[in-house]
Amino acid sequence: MAVADAGRISSPRDRWYNNPTVRSIAVQIILIVAVVGTIAWFANNTVTNLRERGIASGFDFLGKRAGFDMTTFLNTNSESTYGYMLLAGLVDTIIVAILAIAIATVLGLVVGIARLSSNWLIRTIATVYVEFFRNIPPLIVILFWYLGVLATLPNIRDAIQIGPDFSLSNRGIFMPRPVLGPNFHIVIIAFVLSLVIAWAVRRWAHARRMATGQGFPSGWVGLGIVVVLTGGVFLATGDPLTFELPVKTRFNIVGGWTVTPEFASLFLALGVYTASFIAEIVRSGIMAVSQGQTEAARALGLRDGLVLRLVVLPQALRVIIPPLASEYLNITKNTSLAVAVGYADLVAVGNNVLNPTGQSIEVVAVWMAFYLGLSIIISLAMNWFNARIALTER
Amino acid sequence: MTDMQSQTDVFFVRQEMVQASPPPMRVRGVWPWMRKNLFGSVGDTILSIIGAILALAIVVPVLQWSLFNATWTGDNREACAPNTVGACWAFVKANFGQFIYGRYPDPERWRVNVTFVLLAAGIIPMAIPSAPFKRLNLLYVFIIFPVLSGCLLVGGMFGLPVVETALWGGLFLTLVVSYVGMAMSLPLGIILALGRRSKMPIVQWVCVFFIEVCRGVPLITVLFMAGILLPLFLPTGVNFDKLVRALLGLSLFAAAYMAEVIRGGLQAIPKGQYEGAKSLGLGYWTMMRLIILPQAITIVIPGIVNTFIGLFKDTSLVYIISIFELLYTVRNSFTDPVWATSTTPASGLLFAALVFWIFCFGMSRYSKFTEDRLRVGYKR
Repeated sequence: MAVADAGRISSPRDRWYNNPTVRSIAVQIILIVAVVGTIAWFANNTVTNLRERGIASGFDFLGKRAGFDMTTFLNTNSESTYGYMLLAGLVDTIIVAILAIAIATVLGLVVGIARLSSNWLIRTIATVYVEFFRNIPPLIVILFWYLGVLATLPNIRDAIQIGPDFSLSNRGIFMPRPVLGPNFHIVIIAFVLSLVIAWAVRRWAHARRMATGQGFPSGWVGLGIVVVLTGGVFLATGDPLTFELPVKTRFNIVGGWTVTPEFASLFLALGVYTASFIAEIVRSGIMAVSQGQTEAARALGLRDGLVLRLVVLPQALRVIIPPLASEYLNITKNTSLAVAVGYADLVAVGNNVLNPTGQSIEVVAVWMAFYLGLSIIISLAMNWFNARIALTER
Repeated sequence: MTDMQSQTDVFFVRQEMVQASPPPMRVRGVWPWMRKNLFGSVGDTILSIIGAILALAIVVPVLQWSLFNATWTGDNREACAPNTVGACWAFVKANFGQFIYGRYPDPERWRVNVTFVLLAAGIIPMAIPSAPFKRLNLLYVFIIFPVLSGCLLVGGMFGLPVVETALWGGLFLTLVVSYVGMAMSLPLGIILALGRRSKMPIVQWVCVFFIEVCRGVPLITVLFMAGILLPLFLPTGVNFDKLVRALLGLSLFAAAYMAEVIRGGLQAIPKGQYEGAKSLGLGYWTMMRLIILPQAITIVIPGIVNTFIGLFKDTSLVYIISIFELLYTVRNSFTDPVWATSTTPASGLLFAALVFWIFCFGMSRYSKFTEDRLRVGYKR
């Protein structure tokens, strides 16, 4: 024993610099010093550099007149301030992201289910689609739509007419613009009200079913309530909605709604590209539900539609939703590729702002704040969702 | 005896043979296959017809445009301009050298070719699981090859003239960027992943912060930072090559994604492995190097390859800070008045898409192959 102890005393393990606690504290102190030191050094250099170039830091430039214009949804003009331009870019980012998410989800769902079809042809088409788009950069898809397809459309003078008021040319898609009448808010109120009533009917029907076992076609009744109430109010208020038609002048088309080629190519490309990823997510989600679940549900006497709705989909969603959310985040981040075609999203506008002003740090800070804020919101929502649908195991 | 007789009389004994059931449906041949896979039911038949129409509506015009109606030969736009319904492959052919080497000077292009061969010599044996000398191979891929090819491509020694990186471009530059990105992001990602799982809170926070910030923003903003902000951050006058800045941005960005993949592998290793290693008296780094990382990385090879695929596709964005990789070289040639026709952009983009597709599809097949090979251990 004494010998062993004597051996321990001289063991290198007991030297103070081998003590795990001492080491861990030392490592952390070194790291802090390194990180803080680097940041301080960067900051110091930046201040010197900015002073030399005569650029005042801070967000004061946001209130100044920008002096450039881009086609945005917020009707900016060359008198708009930098701040307003950035806001317009933000709105454009959100609009294209939401629309691309919608089309990618629908397309991805269809393709994902098609990949599991027992029909060989359908399955093969879906596989080819997924394998093609998953393996090329999204930028190529965007440019292909922009330069390869939309730019080759005829110019505005011999635009392709689809129906009386829709036309397709290399300047975009022109269509009538709905103009809301003064009483349109009443229709919206009626619509919301009918939704609430339909929801109440559904709850009542569910409660009755639980209590008595009697069914009630709450879906059809709800739809009827929404259609009748909203439609009735729409007609009663008398012409709350008119259309402004696009008018062809000599060189251009004015009025109406224009979908610019920039927006169309970005929207189509992101939708088509991301759909291939969503399809894989949907496929793996459905495959993750074991065959036994379907068989057990059939054995309980559920019809095919109910098997899918009550047994397979709820379990598949548990697998699908988290990667789906990160795919939505990817779409939003990929909207920054707009800079390649000149769609005025946050990054493209920011790029135009930082060139004349030299306020690169502030612009990058705005970008970071938006994208990071969005990822934090999405991950919080995901955590909440995961906690809600997590398996309750006993 | 008679009892027995009477008993057997009441038993039901079948007198005649049961009728043979019909032979099973033919399961081989074209028609039975079609009946099973295309026309199983009414709904199936309708789907097949819709699918066939869809496939024909897409495949026929694509084939016509890209093959049957395409212009294959010609020296300038004269050849392609009259043909508005077919691809202009003559344009791709004429610019092929530029698409591969960028503006790398003609007499020096053999250096790029040698690099391609050296690269293949490292990657191919690495990818074959049964090839020997894996340790040596790893050393070659991560250290010897980068140094060797760097000297070769930049030049300035052994009598090779210097070729500035501003002249690099095309597929060759895409490969350089993605290779460096991959070779840097893997070790960086491992360090970040270990840091994120560290018990030291400050190490953990720093790693989490870095990973989440990189993953939360688009690559374009990271590249803007590398291109525009980095010169601001450094002392006045200190500036380094644009390509190096792009590589730095891309590697750090990819490392954050890599770290999350490797963290997944680390989390999948049972606690017993850590405890077993520690009870053998191994220290942290020895334990990681010999026990944990070999297992963790093997599990996540498919994830790592997927990150590589993403990185390869992302190289198409470095044009933002004027690095002329393949896609930008192709786009740049659209403005060349010698070749400006309405079909040039689509032809060039299709070519670029095919090149990217071949590389990415190859990698994804390899990832699938590894996945299947690794799963053998779990099969029952």
